[in-house]
Amino acid sequence: MSVQTVLIVDDELHIRRLLKNTLERAGYGVEEAVDAREALRIAASRPLTAVLLDLGLPDRDGLELVPLLKKLGDPIILVVSAREATDQKVAALDLGAEDYVTKPFDTEELLARLRVALRGRGEATSRPTVLRAHGVEIDFEHRLVRRGDEEAHLTRKEFDVLSALAAHPGRVVTHQRILEAAWPTDHDRRIEYLRIVVRNLRQKLEGTGGVGTVIANELGIGYRLLVAA
Amino acid sequence: MNDDGRPSPEALLRQASQEGRGRLKIFLGAAPGVGKTYEMLSEGAERRRAGVDIVIGVVETHGRVETEALTRGHEIVPRKAIPYEGRTLDEMDLDAILERAPTLVLVDELAHTNAPGSRHPKRYQDVEELLAAGIDVYSTINIQHIESLNDVVASFTRVRVRETVPDSIVEAAEIEVVDIPPDELIERLKAGKVYLPQEATRALSHFFSKSNLSALRELALRRAAQAVDAQMLEHVRALGVGGTWAGGERIVVAISELPGALGLVRATKRIADAMHAPWTAVYIETPRAQTFGEAEHRQLAAVFNLATQLGGDVATVPATSVVDGLKTFTAEARATQLVVGKSARSRWFELRHGSVVDRIVRETPGIAVHVLPMEAGTAAPTGRKRTGDWGSKAGYAWTTAMVAGVTGVASALFHILNLGNVALLYLLPVMAAASLFGLRTGLFAGIASSIAYNFFFLPPTGTLTINNPENVISILVLLGIAFVTSQLTSRVRAQADIAAASARTNAALAGFLRQLTSLNEPVALARAICEEVGRLFDVRTVILVAEDPGLAVQAANGADYRLETMEMAAAQWAYDTGAPAGRGSGTLAASEWFFQPLRSGERTLAVLGLAREAGGDPVRSDQLPLLMSLVDQASLVLERARLEVEMRDVDAVRERDRLRAALLSSVSHDLRTPLTSVMAAAAELHRGVTPELIATIESEAARLNRFVGNLLDMARVEAGALRLRLEPTDLTDAVAGAVHDTKRVLEGHAIELDVAPNLPLVRVDPQLLHHCLLNLLDNAGRYADPGTPIIVRAEHRFGMLRLSVIDQGPGLPPGRENEVFETFRRLEGSDRAIGGTGLGLAIVKAFAEAMGMSVEASNREDLTGAQFSLCFPVALLVRDTDGANL
Repeated sequence: MSVQTVLIVDDELHIRRLLKNTLERAGYGVEEAVDAREALRIAASRPLTAVLLDLGLPDRDGLELVPLLKKLGDPIILVVSAREATDQKVAALDLGAEDYVTKPFDTEELLARLRVALRGRGEATSRPTVLRAHGVEIDFEHRLVRRGDEEAHLTRKEFDVLSALAAHPGRVVTHQRILEAAWPTDHDRRIEYLRIVVRNLRQKLEGTGGVGTVIANELGIGYRLLVAA
Repeated sequence: MNDDGRPSPEALLRQASQEGRGRLKIFLGAAPGVGKTYEMLSEGAERRRAGVDIVIGVVETHGRVETEALTRGHEIVPRKAIPYEGRTLDEMDLDAILERAPTLVLVDELAHTNAPGSRHPKRYQDVEELLAAGIDVYSTINIQHIESLNDVVASFTRVRVRETVPDSIVEAAEIEVVDIPPDELIERLKAGKVYLPQEATRALSHFFSKSNLSALRELALRRAAQAVDAQMLEHVRALGVGGTWAGGERIVVAISELPGALGLVRATKRIADAMHAPWTAVYIETPRAQTFGEAEHRQLAAVFNLATQLGGDVATVPATSVVDGLKTFTAEARATQLVVGKSARSRWFELRHGSVVDRIVRETPGIAVHVLPMEAGTAAPTGRKRTGDWGSKAGYAWTTAMVAGVTGVASALFHILNLGNVALLYLLPVMAAASLFGLRTGLFAGIASSIAYNFFFLPPTGTLTINNPENVISILVLLGIAFVTSQLTSRVRAQADIAAASARTNAALAGFLRQLTSLNEPVALARAICEEVGRLFDVRTVILVAEDPGLAVQAANGADYRLETMEMAAAQWAYDTGAPAGRGSGTLAASEWFFQPLRSGERTLAVLGLAREAGGDPVRSDQLPLLMSLVDQASLVLERARLEVEMRDVDAVRERDRLRAALLSSVSHDLRTPLTSVMAAAAELHRGVTPELIATIESEAARLNRFVGNLLDMARVEAGALRLRLEPTDLTDAVAGAVHDTKRVLEGHAIELDVAPNLPLVRVDPQLLHHCLLNLLDNAGRYADPGTPIIVRAEHRFGMLRLSVIDQGPGLPPGRENEVFETFRRLEGSDRAIGGTGLGLAIVKAFAEAMGMSVEASNREDLTGAQFSLCFPVALLVRDTDGANL
């Protein structure tokens, strides 16, 4: 297996140094860019596995980079941005970014996100028929969900929502994507339906003691099915 | 006034307002030819040599060689040619001088009247503007041109000059008397060194008699001494050394529509100056005022204007007689001195009415009465309205008909009546006419009745001859009854009119105040003032306030006002100088609008503009005092509103300062503590990495991160930049997110979730709710005893959805539970060494309230510990999810 190369695009030296250390320790090759121009030059000159993209770049809006990078060899894009910028995060995800981490971030979490995204890319062609996450087993072929040894009886909508999340295990899926997947024909896609369904899923899959162990709530953005990274 | 030796605020303000203004120096002469211009130019030349930037604005050398020589070397601002009735008049170019902006400008003849069409009618107004622009001015004036001395000079020289300068200008100036002995001046006059206009030579020749010149000289010197005295007094007052009004004197002068009233006002000003006393010009409005024509109104307005200009107050008091009115007013105003004019009335008038002055002296005990001779007016008022006196045509027609009717009735009944009864019958039309239509119609009825009585009934009938002398008495009685009845009725009617007028004025004032007192907000106040003044005077009104740059309309009593350049200039003038401007005033009278500044103390708050729809003067002279009262009230109310706003601002600033101080101390503590730990731990890492060190760095950094997040949140709340994005939110979701994000802080505590299934969704901003929960959990984690569980409970009871975070620890001081939500509040006894800024709970409260929720803090009932709750009112619950196929 060839070395996977990750491009860090950030104008802050300390963040780049930290990310470089973390990534190199985890076995990745690292490239650095301080602004969009340099990032595009690097992306055009060599194959990249992933890009850690800060949205606040000195020369242009980081969002504009997302489609451009996609064209230049389609690397995995992890957006790194501040807490408040939920609109930007959703926009980046809509433009094709795989996931995001929020500054200040935990380096372990960053690596986990990156691993999940890489794995998702590898499995994109052959979707597993059974998914396991925190004691929950989802059998897509038979539309069966088991919690421990017990079967959880899901409604059709609940299963659709779970499937939409499970299509990208470990990665955030925006509200809009889930609504589109689970209510394909419905013009009246309403977020309150999604909220209710997720709550019911939590009751069936997590129980009162384990709220947040299977489905993580990404504020203002979407949900994430938690899997062991 | 001030008795305690502190500086008087008014005097200080006056001094402050002088700073930044130019200084005026006046070269005062007793008469033409004493060398004022020469002196001014000499001193100007001296100043120029000393390096002062000096120009000549206007200097009249009158061809005198020595004087002309002195103008050389000075820069002269060319005069402006103003075309007037086919001629061209040269006037000082005010704008050019303002543009040139010298340090000092020489402006000859301060009393000069400008050509029509100039910006100001008077040169002293030009000088005012120069001073306001910070330019020093040297000017010249002769003593007889000073307003209050005008008629003193006229009284002994018999020469009256029309061009006068208000005393206020002279009082504010530095005065240098240019003095030469009268003999020398007469010598110069004989030698032809004194310029006099050709046409005036003859008229002025006796002006230059030695006695006149001596008297003028004395006046000039006294005036200069008085100016020094006044400036000294002002200075003393500003310093607070002492100095008060002499015994609290108050002077009232009674004025009338007669031209002599102007002289009375000037005399009063002199008396007031000598006593340093405030004074008021009062007009007693008797029924006679109803017969006034345009000329009387104008004359009265002129007297009011003069009084205002000379620094007096004005008032109008309706009353049946002058004496009654003065009695009331002097008592109300606590006057100590009363100035009245003794008119040259005929002896016959005094016999009939008694002397007004005698009655005044008798009926106003305790008041010193000055009786001054009133100079008979040269321009006696003309155009008095007589129509009211003469009665209406209809009245005469009715009277004639009644007399004819009585004659008819008497003829028919003559066979049963004697002559005396017939005469009595004729009393009916006479009394009716006199009481219904007034004196003249009554007299007419008397005459007509007499003639009819005489002609038809008195023997010999059919003639106007009277045989019996007894019958003469009947006729005289008829006329006498007509006279007495009409006098009585007209007096009663006049009293009723006056009572009505006075009631109207009082009602207007009271109504005005009632309208205004309920308002506090400046714009609403301005609008109410516009509406009320517009209604009372039937005029259009606007209120302008200062805006950068210039003035802007704040309110109007109609949308269709138009203020052209001329109007704006007048308004600006009124604002800048604090004096009325525009139509009917002395400044920029070509403006359609009249502008009255609303002042409080030394500052102009706003400018009230009035205009009459049809053109014409917006306010009649007899309405001026009412307008002044309204303006005073309006100013007071506006000032009150302004102060209130200021107070609020001060309170807000104080609160902000308190927060800022608390924030600073909190930030320095709460940022430094974790930073210190991190730095110390990082330093330790050089010696070896241990899991404890890493954990310290991690947790302290997380604490720092949380704190910075809270600071940012608080900044957003305080800046009002909180934008809500409400969406249906599930509390299970919200709790899951918050618990996930506080995992590290809550280490060592078990989280017990007690969230009822099937709770309705709530319409909130998920981000804000998340932060509320983070802070509540964080707070619980900090204060809960180690190892105890933290309970998160959501319950739906009594229509209210409640989300609570419950800890097990010391709890809150009883009775003061809800104080924990105040910014930077850490309750005593719950503070200890636990980190935290007191920001967290304040953010919870601010965010919750922004979303329409409330917060509660209480102590647990089952165990010790605190319980914090977010309460979602019914309005926030989302109910329409039922029935969806989920």
